[in-house]
Formats: sequence, structure tokens, C-alpha cells
Amino acid sequence: MTANPETLLAEPAMKVEPATSPLLALLAGFISELRAAGLPVSLTENLDAMEAIQHIPIEDRDAFKYALAATLVKNHAHWRAFETVFEVYFSLRGAEYDLVDGEWPEGMDLSDFVDGLDGQQRRQGGGGGEAMSAEQLAEMLFQALMRGDDALMRAIARQAVQRYAGMEPGRPVGGTYYLYRTLRNLDLDGVLERLMGQARQDAPEQLTPLEERLERDEFEARVDQLRKEVEAEIRRRLVADRGVEAMAKTLRKPLPEDVDFMHASREEMMALRRAIYPLTRKLAVRLARKRRHGRKGPLDFRNTMRHSLSYGGVPAEPKFRYPRPAKPEIMVVADVSGSVAAFARFTLHLVYAISNQFSKVRSFVFIDGLDEVTSFFEGVDDIGEAVHRVNAEADVVWVDGHSDYGHAFEVFWERYGKDVGPKTTVMILGDARNNYHASQAWILKEVEHRARKVFWLNPEPGAYWDTGDSIVSEYGVHCDGVFEVRNLRQLEGFVENLV
Amino acid sequence: MSFSFADVDSVRKGLSDVQYLADEGIAGVVYLAERLQKPVLVEGPAGTGKTQLAKSVAEAVGARLIRLQCYEGLDESKALYEWNYKKQLLRIQAERQGEDPEGDGMWQQIEDDLFSEEFLLTRPLLEAIRSSDPVVLLIDEVDRVEIETEALLLEILSDYQVSIPELGTVAASQIPLVFLTSNNTRELSEALKRRCLFLHIDYPDLDREKEIVLAKVPGVGESLADQVARIVRSVRQIELKKAPSVSETLDWARTLVLLGVEHIDADTAAETVNILLKYRSDIEKALKEFATSDEEFAAPVATP
Repeated sequence: MTANPETLLAEPAMKVEPATSPLLALLAGFISELRAAGLPVSLTENLDAMEAIQHIPIEDRDAFKYALAATLVKNHAHWRAFETVFEVYFSLRGAEYDLVDGEWPEGMDLSDFVDGLDGQQRRQGGGGGEAMSAEQLAEMLFQALMRGDDALMRAIARQAVQRYAGMEPGRPVGGTYYLYRTLRNLDLDGVLERLMGQARQDAPEQLTPLEERLERDEFEARVDQLRKEVEAEIRRRLVADRGVEAMAKTLRKPLPEDVDFMHASREEMMALRRAIYPLTRKLAVRLARKRRHGRKGPLDFRNTMRHSLSYGGVPAEPKFRYPRPAKPEIMVVADVSGSVAAFARFTLHLVYAISNQFSKVRSFVFIDGLDEVTSFFEGVDDIGEAVHRVNAEADVVWVDGHSDYGHAFEVFWERYGKDVGPKTTVMILGDARNNYHASQAWILKEVEHRARKVFWLNPEPGAYWDTGDSIVSEYGVHCDGVFEVRNLRQLEGFVENLV
Repeated sequence: MSFSFADVDSVRKGLSDVQYLADEGIAGVVYLAERLQKPVLVEGPAGTGKTQLAKSVAEAVGARLIRLQCYEGLDESKALYEWNYKKQLLRIQAERQGEDPEGDGMWQQIEDDLFSEEFLLTRPLLEAIRSSDPVVLLIDEVDRVEIETEALLLEILSDYQVSIPELGTVAASQIPLVFLTSNNTRELSEALKRRCLFLHIDYPDLDREKEIVLAKVPGVGESLADQVARIVRSVRQIELKKAPSVSETLDWARTLVLLGVEHIDADTAAETVNILLKYRSDIEKALKEFATSDEEFAAPVATP
């Protein structure tokens, strides 16, 4: 962070809030909203936060934010949720965050930027952003992005929201649509191309690909920042319009580990994909440790006697036989059709990430046909890549590409049934929505006879089971367990117990 | 009670004097840690300067750094205190030879002696508590100890005291600044987290990374530092197994300085990328990524 951008825009801070009861009330609301969003905030942490904010200047918004974060948020995965709630609760606090209706903040010298425009468009003096034409605004935006001028970017974001968002008071919305409208008018992709063109012109010689790439990343970062500014501005206006509580409720989002696989938005999917790496690493470490630290073995008499020699024949140090549980062999049979595909992907990812905990992992994917995809994962460093190949290359469609569990199981039994042995654990992933095909549940019964365990993981909430074309219980009677696995938290729990 | 830092900015300044460039968040939490007298739990990707933070704070406030490196199987006798068993044995033997052990009073005497401070071996935690001069206590990689062992730390973290059954409670004569670092290989217990302030140190942003390179690598030019920081930022945007850490950035910058590179072009980057990335698949991915940008973005140059 360079010079604090707010200070450039700020009028002299006049509204310094005294740390009295209104602030306390606000904080109490803030904390209960955090709890509602799923963050475990304890009473002591609450008290710590109250104490912490007494030590920092209250008008320093960043410091205030970090003080709250350090005392209330103890898990980095919760940071986004915290940030959202914070923005909602404190977006209208502090002088520089007052809503400025269509006016450029006073004391801001625009002439410098207007110089960049050509003669006819040059305006007189500073104030009155309304007078500007859309082209002028676009030009200013271009200049601001070119220079990476934070203060100007923020001012433009305000202007743009004022002008393009078309916000209607009283509508119970979260602001996504306003954001879309504003950004559409700003045409950021076009601006990005223009910026790149400008960068190419300014360069003394032709840009090498590497330089191209770096320039692009730089501009993308700035454009991204502008997008955030616009988002923040919209949120501020919405909070002013609808009030803090209503807004916080609209924006409340599940924590990454609680996001439902089947209904995750694109953005949430990205977050999930990022979350799965550390999760697998954590799980692997924990499982390896568990294996080493099983201390419940029976007394190892021979070993104890041998060690007793160093104590003159007194068995002073009992030695135990550590249990070495056999590693199970895993067969994953996953439905990869439409809505449950994401779930299958994450489960495969997780299973392969800890594959050293199993003696062997084989995986099969199906829609109405079935294909073995084990080879995609063999000797691959990057599991994400392998999962991607599964989606692209596996031959899983037999007739029409609608799930047919019956036929898929038939194929499985025919081709791979003989490989199912007493050491094998079979995991079936899917919602058991069979499109009213024959269930062929007898195959599962056979599999259960031969296999060590058969588990069914269903990404649908329990209440939806056996509704419509779902036939979970028909299969479920032949399984050792049917589990609802809707989010990362449940998945992690299941996989840990599996080992 | 006097504090070493007057406000958040002075923390920043103090740290930058010892070549640690803290951002707003880091400085703010360090400042609060001292004011609230609470330990700081520092989390974040490897190589972002978590341990260095504790060292730098110690240097900035002129305190002694006491470090407890955690590992699996760490126990009381390594972390808190231990009785000097051999010395106790010698003491008993010396007593036997010297006098005739008759009365019970005699034994009482020996027993009292045996469990006196003379025979106490202090380990890092106790040492930090008993020290009379200011100390910074660093409990490194706390996620490596088992969850049961964490309980050892709780008393010291919340009350700054250690209870020794034979001696009683040893309370701190001065409150040390405590830093715990964690690589987040497992979830720490709620009890531990509750007692700490939480600080997540992420990869620095472009400007800070550039400043870090400038401060830490001798002989690096302004423009080279800028290029290094920008390339590293781009590399971090690719989905990698292990993104380059700050220490790897510094290594890379040092290498470039040694090679006498002033301007990084694609070839130099390709040749030295193995310093930045440690997995073969990551290196391939990065090279591919920068190669494809060639085709995609080079096209518009021809037709402006």
C-alpha cells in the first residue's frame, strides 16, 4: 500500500465518533451478524474486540478494521465473510465515506486530468461532475487507469454508479444487477484493450510477449480494483437506502466449507477449488499422523523383555505393539452427469490427494455408460488436470446421456465385478436420480457380498431423497451406509472416517 | 506501564528500520498485541515472513528473542522445564557420603534441596516468563505439536505464568510479546485461538514486494526490482502447487543480480525460473502460460 488513498479524498475529518453507546450498539449488531454468518465468535473474543478498539484512533478505518479482524476472525477462510459484514456495517462511517451525490469531492483538482482531453471537451474549473458527457467520463476513466490513480478511480466509480446504475430506492436487492448495469456502460474490456494499445504505442520498441503479459496483468489488477470500487459504492448506497440489517441479511453467504456442491455459483466454485488444496494437505497430514500415533496396541512381550536388560532385568519400560491397520483398497464409482458432476470432481480430487492412505485407488465414471478413468490419475502431479481430462475424455454416454444407474452398474459388474474383493471399499457417488430406468439393485447386493464395505454418498439434502425419480433407498438397503455429503465439511468428515 | 510503540505508525517505522516492511494490518496487530498484552497467532503461506516478523519485532524493541521450535513429540520437559536428574542424583550421593543419614529431618532437608531452583532446568517457555529483561517469545510452527500438547501453552498464553507442582506458580515479572506461527497444516484448538490475536500474512502486494526486494537484495536496481515483483505477481496468478514465496522472490532477485541481469527477458526468465518454482509441473505450467500469451497477445500488435 502506498499513500493511503482515502486521505487524498478526505475532507478534514470532522466527524470523529466518540466511543460511546451508539458505537457499542453498532458493534453488538455487527457481532451478532458475524455469528449469523457462521463465524464462531466467543464472548471473550467479543470483549477483546471492545478493548482493542479503544486503543486505536477510531477515525482510522483501516486500523479499526484490522483491530476487529485480529480479535474476531481466527480463520483465514472466514475473512471474506467478515469483510462483507464489515463493509455493510461500517460503510457509512467516516467522513470520506459520506455519500456525495453527483458532486466531485471538493478540493480535488481535476484540471490536471482534463488536460488529457482535447480542446472542445475541456471544461471550466473543478466541480459539477454532472456536466460531463459520457465520453468525458470514459476518457477520465482511461486516464485514471493508465496512471493507476486510486483517488481518481474512486471518484469515477462514484460518478459511474450515480449515472448508470439506475438505482431505485426501496427495492430489496443485493445489488448484482446494479453492478452489471454500471459495468456494462463502462465497458471495461474495451478500456483494457485500449490501455494495452496505448502501452504498446508508448513502448520504445515492440513489447516482448513477457512484457505484454506483465502490462496486461498490471492493467487487469487496476481494472479489478475499479470494479471493487464500483461494488463498494453500490453497497454503500444500498445500505443507506435499506438499512444495515436488511442489507447484511441479503448479502449473507455461506462459508466456503458450507457451500452446497449442487448449487454453487461460478464464483463459489472457484472459491471451493481454491479451498480444496489446503484441505487435502491438511487431511493428508492428519491421517499420516493418526496412523503413526495409534497407541492402543497390545503389550509386545519380546520387545519389553529385550529392553528390560538395560534396567538389569526389570521390565521398567513396557513396549507396545503398534497396530498397523491394513490399507483399504478403494473403488470410486461416480456419476458425472450435469448437476452432480461438481460433487464427483471434488470427491475424486480429495480421494486421490490422499491416495497414499490406500493400497490402491481405482475410479470409474458414468452417466448411462461407464468407463474406468484410473489411468488418468496415474503418475500425474496435478490432480486438477487429471480431473479435467476425466471430464473431457472418458466415454460415459451409452444412449442419450441421461443418468442410468441401472445400466452403469450392469457394465460395472460385467467388466470389473471380478476385481471387487474382500479388501475393497466401494464408494458410489451420485444422487440416484435414475430417470425411471430399471434400478438393477441386485448388482449392488452382489457387490456388497463381495466387498468389504459399500458406501453411497449423495450430494442432495436428505429431505429430497426418494422424491421424484430418486431411488436412494432402493440402493441404500444394499449399502453399509448412505451419507448426505453436500459440502466440503461433510466430505472431509466422511473421508477422514473412511481411512 | 510503558509501551515501546506510541501508535501504529511508529510500529511500522520501527520495523522498517530493521528492514522489515510491514503493511497496515501487520503493524496494527503488533501494536494491539502490546497494548492488549495478548499473544499473536501468525498464519499464512510458507515463506511470507512469519518467523521473521517475530525476529524483527525483537530487534526493533531491543528485546531478547527466545524461540521454541515445535515438532511432533514436543513435551513439557522440552518446552517448559525439567528437573536436572543427574545433578539431583549426585546431590543425594554426596549427602550419603558426607554424613550418616539417620533422622527423618535429614531426609526432609535433602528433599527440599532437591526440588529447589538449583536443580531446575528452564526451557524456553519458563525462561521467557522468568526473564527480567524484555523478551520476545517465538513459538514456531505450533501446528506441528499434537493437539494435546497445545494445552501446555494455554496457561502461559493467557496468564503469563507457569505452575510447577514442587515449586508453586512462577508468574511473569514482565509481560513478554508472544508470537506463535502456524503453517495451518491442521486446525488449532479453539482454546488456543481464543487466547490469541489472529494475523494472516499473505503474499505482499506489488509495491510492498518491490520495496522488500529493494531493501533486502544488495545491488539491485529500481527497474530490476520492479520487473521481479511484477513477474512474481503474474506467476502467482497461475494455479500452482506451490506459489513462489517472498524468500524465493528474494533468491531469484539475488541470482539475477549475480548474473548481472539488468532487464529480464523471456529467455532469462525461463532459465532461472527453477529458483522461483520448485515443482516440475509448476515450472512447465508457468513456461507454457507465458508461451501461450505469446500467440494470444502478440497478434494485435501487427494490426493496431
